[in-house]
Parts: sequence; C-alpha cells; structure tokens
Amino acid sequence: MFEPTSHEANLLARASVDQCVKCTICETQCPVMAVTPLFAGPKFVGPQAERFRHGESVDHTLDYCSSCGTCTLVCPQGVKIAELNSVARAAMKRDHMPPRDRLISRTTLMGQAMRPIAPLANAALRAAPVRVLAEKIAGIHRDAAMPVSSGQPFHAWWAKHQPAPTAGPAGTVIFFHGCAGDYFEVATSIQAVEVLERLGFNVLVPKQGCCGMALQSNGLYDTARAWVRRLVADLEKAPQDLVIVSTAGSCQGMLKHEAREIMGVEDESLQAIGTRTRDICEFLLEKIEAGQLNFGVKRLDVTVTYHAPCQLKGQGMGQPAVELLRLIPGVTVVESGATCCGIAGTYGFKKEKYEIAKAVGQPLFDKVKEVNPKLALCDTETCRWQIRQHTGAQVEHPIYLLHKALGLS
Amino acid sequence: MRQLSADVVVIGGGTTGVGVVRDVAMRGYKAILLDRADLAQGTSGRFHGLLHSGGRYVVTDPLSGTECAEENAILGHIQAGAIERTGGLFFTLPGDPDPDWGDKFLAGAATAKVPVEEIEPSRALKLEPRMNPTAERVFRVEDGSVDGWQLAWSAAASAKQYGAQILTYTKATEITTAGGRVTGVRATDAKTGEDVTIDCGFVLNCAGPWAGGVAAMAGCEPVAVVPGRGIMIAADRFTNVVLNLCVKPADGDIIVPCHGVSIIGTTDVKADDPDHLPIPADEVQKMLDAGEKLAPGFRQQRLLHVWTGARPLIKDDRVAASDTRHMSRGMAVVDHSTRDGLKGLLTIGGGKLTTYRLMAEHIVDAMEDQTGDHHPCRTAEEPCPGHEPGRYFALNHRLKEREADRLSDQIICECELMSRTMFTDLLKEQPNATLDDLRRQLRLGMGPCQGGFCSSRAAGLAFEEGAIDIERATGLLRLFLTNRWYGLWPVLNGQQVAQAALDDWILQGLLDIGHLPAQTKEVI
Repeated sequence: MFEPTSHEANLLARASVDQCVKCTICETQCPVMAVTPLFAGPKFVGPQAERFRHGESVDHTLDYCSSCGTCTLVCPQGVKIAELNSVARAAMKRDHMPPRDRLISRTTLMGQAMRPIAPLANAALRAAPVRVLAEKIAGIHRDAAMPVSSGQPFHAWWAKHQPAPTAGPAGTVIFFHGCAGDYFEVATSIQAVEVLERLGFNVLVPKQGCCGMALQSNGLYDTARAWVRRLVADLEKAPQDLVIVSTAGSCQGMLKHEAREIMGVEDESLQAIGTRTRDICEFLLEKIEAGQLNFGVKRLDVTVTYHAPCQLKGQGMGQPAVELLRLIPGVTVVESGATCCGIAGTYGFKKEKYEIAKAVGQPLFDKVKEVNPKLALCDTETCRWQIRQHTGAQVEHPIYLLHKALGLS
Repeated sequence: MRQLSADVVVIGGGTTGVGVVRDVAMRGYKAILLDRADLAQGTSGRFHGLLHSGGRYVVTDPLSGTECAEENAILGHIQAGAIERTGGLFFTLPGDPDPDWGDKFLAGAATAKVPVEEIEPSRALKLEPRMNPTAERVFRVEDGSVDGWQLAWSAAASAKQYGAQILTYTKATEITTAGGRVTGVRATDAKTGEDVTIDCGFVLNCAGPWAGGVAAMAGCEPVAVVPGRGIMIAADRFTNVVLNLCVKPADGDIIVPCHGVSIIGTTDVKADDPDHLPIPADEVQKMLDAGEKLAPGFRQQRLLHVWTGARPLIKDDRVAASDTRHMSRGMAVVDHSTRDGLKGLLTIGGGKLTTYRLMAEHIVDAMEDQTGDHHPCRTAEEPCPGHEPGRYFALNHRLKEREADRLSDQIICECELMSRTMFTDLLKEQPNATLDDLRRQLRLGMGPCQGGFCSSRAAGLAFEEGAIDIERATGLLRLFLTNRWYGLWPVLNGQQVAQAALDDWILQGLLDIGHLPAQTKEVI
C-alpha cells in the first residue's frame, strides 16, 4: 500500500474515478481487450476495480494492460483510466518487481552495454539459443523485436559534426533525441539535425540522459522520477528561451505531461521544459504554415503508411506528421487507422505478452503490407521495432521522408 | 389457509427479531419469525453502517458505551464476515460548543471501559487523509462498519439450523388471546394472499418502530414508540476510517466507510408514521454542511444515494416527546402481563444495531422469567453459518473473487462486481424475491450507476432462469428503478447528473421501459 499522503495514494483517492459513467467507450477502443480475454478491459480494471482496491491491487491480471493510453484518450468524461491502471500496477509490483522488468526499463544501460560490442551484441540478440535462454531466464520472448545497436552513438557523430552552411538564419533550437535516439535509432537523430540545419536552424544538442519512460511503464516510479528530473536538469543547461525540438515521440510526452500526471512530479523546471518541447513535425509544420521557412522540397513518388503512436496521440496535437508530409509533392500518406502496434514500450518484449502484442498490431501489419510492404513511417522507436519485426518493412521516423525530399539522402 | 404451530412467534424481521428467533431456537424452542416484508428491510437496513466502538456514548450514556464495546467484540467473533475493521477517529475542532468535551470523552471512556487512545492529529491524518486537518485533539477508537443485511441473513441462517422457520412477506394481522394468555397469531402471505394461522404460547414483538401497532393487535394499550427519523447520504467511498466529531451527540456527526460508499449520518426528527419518512431538502443541505466539517470537500464527492430510517425509541417520560435523541438509547422490554394483564407477550424497543444480540438475549431471558424455564443463552459463543471468528470483510474481497472467476462467469452489476452466478444462486433460494430483496444481499445496483446498467440485465436474467414471467420482469424492473430514483433525486448533482442522463437514455430512450407490458396490480 502507498503512503496515504503520497502522490500515488492521492491520484487513486481524489481520482477521476468518480467521473466514470460506465459508458463503455473505453472498452470499445481498447486494443488489448479486443484480442485477449486475459485483460478485463480499461473500465473494469480502471474506475471499477479501483473502488475496491483499497491500496492493494489483488487483481493481478491488470498487468495485461499495455498502458497504451487509448482509454484515457477516448474517455468523454475525463477519467484518467490509463494513469489509474499505471499506479495500480505500480502498487501491485512494489514488493515483487520481476528482474526482467527492471532490466528492460533501463534503455540507456542497454544501449551503453551493447554499443562497444555492437556486432556481437546484435548477433547475439539475433541468435536463437541466446534468445531461448533469455526467454527462460529473463522472460523476454524469444521472437520479440530487439533494438539493434548502432556501432557509433549519435553523441559521437555530433561531437565531430560541423554545422551545415545553411544553419542559422531561422534561429536556434535545442534538439532532444532521447536515449534510443542516441544508441539505437541514430540515423533518425542525424536526419533530424540535417533537416533542421537545411531549413535554417542552428542546432544545439546538450548532453541528455533517459527520461525514465520505460521505468515508469514498468511501475518503477522512484527511479523514473529521479531520471526525468536529471533529464530536465540536462536540458536546462542549454539556453532557456529556446524551443526544444524532439524526434523522441514518447519521451517528449513524458516531459510534456506523463511525469506530472502519472508520477506526480510537480516541478517548475519540468513544466518549463515540457512547455518548450515540440515534436519535430509539429514544430516544422507550424513554421511552414506561418511562412517562416523556405521549404524547397523535391517531388517524391511514394505511397506510405503512417502510424500515429499511442503516446503521440496522448499529447493532443493531432497528427502533424501527416500534414507535414502531404506538403511534399508526390507523397501519398495513408493513415494506418490502427489503434496501437502492440509493443507499448516494453510490453511486447515480455514472453507472456508477446502474442497479445502481435495480435494487437495485426491490423496495422496488414495495412503496411497492403499499402507499401517496403516502407512505413512511425514517430516512436519501439513501435518501429515492432512494425519492422512483423512486416519486414523498413520503418522510419517521418523525418526520414523529409530528409529525402530535401535532397539530403 | 396454512396452519402452523410453534412455541414462540417472533414478529419483526429486523436484526433484533432475527437475533431473537436465533436465540429462542438455540435455547430449544420451536420458533417462527414473521415479517410483513423482507428481512432487515426497515430500520436495520437504513442506518449509516456503523459498528459502534461505544465512543459515541461514553459521556452521555456510559452503560450503552460499555454494551457497545462488548457487543462489538462479540460480533467480531460470531459474524466477522459482515464487519469491516476500519477503526474510528473522534476529533475536536476549534470553536466546538464544549471545549472540555475531549477531557470528558477520555474520562467517560475510562469509566465505560471503551478502548480509546489519544493520538497526534498528524498521525490521524496519515490514517485518514480526508479528516478535517484543523482537528485539535484526536482519539482513536475501535469503530467499524457493518452490513445490517448480512447480520440479519446470517443470524437467520443460524436460526434455521436450529429449526426455526423464517416467513418473510407474511404480515401478522392479529394476536389471538384467551383467558389472559396469548394463543396464536393470524397472518397473511403478502405474495399469495393466503391466510396463515399459527398456534403458539408466546409472541415476542420485535417490530421496531412498528411495535406499537403490533402490541395493539393483541388488544393491548398501544406502546408509545416514537419513531426518530434520520437521513443518511452515501458518497462514493472516499474515506477508509470512521470519522466522528468529538461533541455531544448531534446531527451529522459521523462519516462511515461501508462497502463502496462513505455514509454521513444523521438527522433526528420525530416522525408520525414510520412508513412515510420524507427526505427534506433542508436536511440534505444540513448533512452536506456537516460533511464539510468532518471531511472538507465532501460536497464535491460523488453523491450516490440518500435514505431515511426510523429509530424505534420507546417513549421515556424523562424527556420531551419531540426530543428523541436524548431518550434512552438503552433497550427497553415491555412486559404486557404486568402492563396489560396479558401473559405471553413481550415488546422490545430502543437499542442499537450493534447491540442487537444483547437485546435478543434480554427479551428471551424476560420470556423465560415468565415461563419459568431457564436455558443458557449461547448466541455469543457460536459463529453464524459462513462466518469465522476474526475473518473480517475487506473491501477487495469481491475483486479477488472476480479475478478468480472472471473468465468463467459474467459480471452483471459492474459497480458492485456482482457475478451472474451470485445472482442466479440467490434467485434459486428466493424465487419470489423482488430485485430490491436480492439487492440487499448482493448489493445489485448500489454503486455509482445506481442500476442504470445492471437492472435490466438482472430482470432479463430472472426471466431467462424461468423465475418470473415477462410482465413481472417489467414490473420488478420498474419498481427497482423507482426505488433507486427515490434515493437519488434529492442528492442529484455534479457527476451523478451525467450518470442519471445516460441511465435515462438507456432505460427510457433505448429500452423504452415505460411502455413495456406489465402487470396492472402492485408488484410485490
């Protein structure tokens, strides 16, 4: 049970639970409930069960919630369903956190550990015997999409990077890449910097650690709070009047609202950083629409599926990537229409949830195969790994296409 | 016409009457209990759910305080499953009418042997963060919450094991006498209209606020029972410890967490007719104000239901008849042999739900004083069926149960986590029950949606099970929703308005229950 005066206890007690009118809209949209009876559904696990928990989460199947947040997004009554579930899960796992969940929550650690031995580590993560062992010992499903470590992290590239001659006239921005953007999705980070510089921005990249998202989604709140505070301190070291532009679709959500809403980090610095943080597509679209950018793009004849990740939808900014990419002549963006890819952070890595995650993402995988089996776009890292794993397509951040259209690749 | 016989007939199926029939049966008498409606449908089910520690009475009525403390422990032994051990807090506030009440409270508790511990307000706030933070002195007591319906039904189950018959919906119409002695009871089955005659040597009148009318059935001078009406308001549960103002007993001095609700009580106004108890708007406002004092922010909680009950206070000449709060809370047994010259009839009144077992013991002792047979009372020793000493109710029990059977059973009432099997099992035992009768044991429709989602499912299920025909299904559904609505509209505001609107769209807009075929006679 949480300390009665803690944030968790408060969230559960004052709660938006009382706003639930049982309309069931959340259950019609929950992607997990649609594919497995093991999850009782957001209404049951959220506002209903919470009335009975009394600080003790006896309903262990609540852990089948993937924390995708779709329920909170669709609730017409403003019930923070996913947040309630997240706290209830944290309560349940407080005293018996599986070592696996501690391990896979530490994205930076994984990145750092794998980097010096990248080819080996990548090979090991592809090797069947190693994966069988990992499944048996650690509960990580043998077929789950694992990140591929890039030999050179983004920060090493950046250290040697010389600004493009076009950088400067549009102003200066801070670039936030997140830790997956440093170790695993390095190309996306590089493309983002090159796009920003081509469009006239001077880019600053302060040293930055992990936002703690995976820790939070695994219920490790205390560590996650410390990590997000440390990240805020990192980002504060750069000039404080600048916009922070991000390609880390989930991590930016942590800064914007999740740290406060889920973990109760009430911190002026966090609020200031969150307010200045913009998704890269949202930021560029705004500038273009305001006529502030020289947007010289070439024609690209491509039809591609775009999947808006749950955590991006939760930020309440629509789908700026779709609008941005539609400004490129010849590009046809097909919205996936799917709720969730299934991976939900680290959910789909876990052996007991792998098949569920796969089933959740199936409509999306089918769509990708139907529209363009070679290329698809999605803003967040683990979702891209999941879609790659199950479609075989190249799956990139939307900035990839803009990078191409600007003639940078 | 049914002809029955018994040693003792108990009239009134509240907790007192059920406790009495259990005691009588355990002492070896052949016993029959009659109630004109369902068990614990009156006063026993219309209170705030408090299991007294005795703290409330330590200053004004120390004997009651002692009895409460003792019975509290006994119920923990015999009916633990109906009790939640929440603990309670009494606290003083700046500006209390009697600044010395805290000292009087401690002294009274010592005299009455009611366990009390004074604790730091900061510690109390950790126990119950919603307690008024301006509390000056705080006393921790062993208050709990208790389900009056479960008390009644499990005591009835115990009585049945000892051979007692429990006849609900059987209305006593006459107590027959001959030569200054009771000879029997005439009654009518309210559901079938059938007459029931019971030969018996003794009648124990446990009809609570209706006891005056029952005594009159024997031709006695009516016993002056003054029904003290009180309203209670349930908010969706937001407290986990009983909160009491540490003042002379007054209106709105307590909030009790009971099942999924936190209940504030109560007012106390003399009522003329226990069958017609209004819920005046000014009393609702008074309770909401009192709630703000006990737990600031009370008005912002989601209010689910309001109800009213009548205390069965026997008239006491020491106080004015209009001031029921300061009448004796202690129980009173009226012996009609000395009062009216009629042997074989005793009436009991007063008392509290917490002391129901002791009341039963007293009236059965008084009966044996008259008959000259003496058997020991064993009701305090033997747990009722389904209860184990010390295995208390906890709020998360149903959640645990649904976690276990969720994949094999449907959930019919989502707010209260009532499964399909729970419903159909009880319906098999009581095929003539109304949905409200089932509700009292299952909590059907008692959560935030107040029957909006579960009532039509329950009616449909009862029909599907073959228990009722379609007209009765409609009648029961309408009756259930009407009763829910009586308790809902006087406190309807805030989030509950959205709920009521949605429920209305479903029940009237979608299901059009106002125009379904239904029986024309009253649904019982």
